[in-house]
Amino acid sequence: MESLFYIAAVTALASTVLVVTGKNASHALIYLIVSLLSVAVIFFLLGAPFAAALEVVVYAGAIVVLFLFVVMMLNLGKGSVARESAWLRPSMWILPCLLTVPLFLGLVYALSGEPIQTAGAMVGPKTVGTQLFGPYLLAVELAGILLLAALVGAYHLGRRYMSERREEM
Amino acid sequence: MNFALSIPLEHVFVLAVALFCIGLTGVLVRRNVMFVLMSLEVMMNACGLAFVAAGARWAQADGQIMFMFILALAAAEVAVALGIVLQLSRRFDSLDVDSANEMHS
Repeated sequence: MESLFYIAAVTALASTVLVVTGKNASHALIYLIVSLLSVAVIFFLLGAPFAAALEVVVYAGAIVVLFLFVVMMLNLGKGSVARESAWLRPSMWILPCLLTVPLFLGLVYALSGEPIQTAGAMVGPKTVGTQLFGPYLLAVELAGILLLAALVGAYHLGRRYMSERREEM
Repeated sequence: MNFALSIPLEHVFVLAVALFCIGLTGVLVRRNVMFVLMSLEVMMNACGLAFVAAGARWAQADGQIMFMFILALAAAEVAVALGIVLQLSRRFDSLDVDSANEMHS
């Protein structure tokens, strides 16, 4: 059964690499969905079914669809792929990879200690809910205020775009 | 029904670190603002994975709760950032982040 975790991990890594290296934005978004779904499988295997459901519903269902809406609105077509190829020369990868690979190796080295197992027990939505509206109530309120601020900000930024577009038509 | 497995915690953390580093590379390399935002999503998702894994170590709900806050943060960030992307494409007619390096309007 543990092999399920490794299959999902390899899928997540491969699809994430394809997201970052992709040239077509909508294809990259589909790979992002694959990556998020495999992370959701890992959440489920770790005993967090509620987090897995949220990953599918909110990340893959809402956030990626928001990205897709913007890709559709901007009319990114074949020309954008050619422009992307011009921007993304292979030599551009060298320096950022030189920066992040030591970071990765350092963090892996820091993690190499005595092996610890996860508990292997499921933490259900009920436990999460009682915790969320118990000790974490203030944080929930703050998250709500953050979302309200984001809503107002996104409306303000998008409204000007839409109204000026309407005048052009 | 309990599907939860006992997985070595280091392996989950190495996966989270790898995803984070891939996302960081994307943020550093890409010039298209859509791909920069996607890489940011990948990085935040990796942080959420680390939180859920740490919560699963002690079978506590706190990891999942922190993941939910990261989720709310990601949703808020993406809503505002995509509004900025629309403005960027309208004003500069380009999705290149370098096109917006002027402080004057």
